[in-house]
Amino acid sequence: MTATDQLSQVFSALADPTRRDMVARLTLADSTVNELAEPYDVSVQAVSKHLRVLERAGLVSRRREAQRRPVHLEAEVFDLMTTWIERYRRQAEKRYRRLDALLAELPDETEGDAK
Amino acid sequence: MNEAEIIVDDKVPVLRIIREFDAAPAKVFRAHVEPELFARWNWDDGYSVRFDHFDCRTGGSYRITMSGPEMEGSVHGSFHDVIRNELIVQTFSPDAAPDLVVLEKHRFEDLGSGRTRLTAQSLVESFEYRDAFIDAGLLEGYARLDQLLKDL
Repeated sequence: MTATDQLSQVFSALADPTRRDMVARLTLADSTVNELAEPYDVSVQAVSKHLRVLERAGLVSRRREAQRRPVHLEAEVFDLMTTWIERYRRQAEKRYRRLDALLAELPDETEGDAK
Repeated sequence: MNEAEIIVDDKVPVLRIIREFDAAPAKVFRAHVEPELFARWNWDDGYSVRFDHFDCRTGGSYRITMSGPEMEGSVHGSFHDVIRNELIVQTFSPDAAPDLVVLEKHRFEDLGSGRTRLTAQSLVESFEYRDAFIDAGLLEGYARLDQLLKDL
């Protein structure tokens, strides 16, 4: 899977408010499916379906060995997102530094004309 | 030091870039509405850019053809509202994907003492499109990302 594909999956996984809420709760602690399902007015099956989407995007994992199979948040994926967003920011910053240089060159008098 | 700040909204597919400039709003605005000035900062070196037309006023439109190492093709758009030295509201689409429309708002805020805060907001129609939109803005290689993915 390429970086772009993975990021597409991450973004579409996080486009759903219930899944975003589940991720937010998993930042506090690992939880079982039942614990995750508790606050929502949906079935455990529906929560499991959301979890599969999060799992496919690499956002969460479930340990096979443990009996309770708690859901664990994969923080590295968020680092990837942050890095990716930071690259976009740097690209914008690069453009705006060129704009800084241009603004420094522009004579002030034309500013008055423009008003 | 002026430094771009980025805000990626998690409720709506919006991207917001905020940046301050050591110049009055009139100047920063000019650099966005005059095509010959706009062309001097908006593209990386190695790009050739042609303005088929660029009429930055309320109800105006534009079409730009660009060719460079990472991007090739034309985009067209409409200026919905242009308020001198304050606001530009526009939509744009790549010619190749007319249904992929982006709504952009550029707000020029006077900070006094010859300084301006620019807020550039882009709204795309889905989170997936925002992903593609950010991706299109990346003009460097994916080397670091690839490395990160290997480590995952």
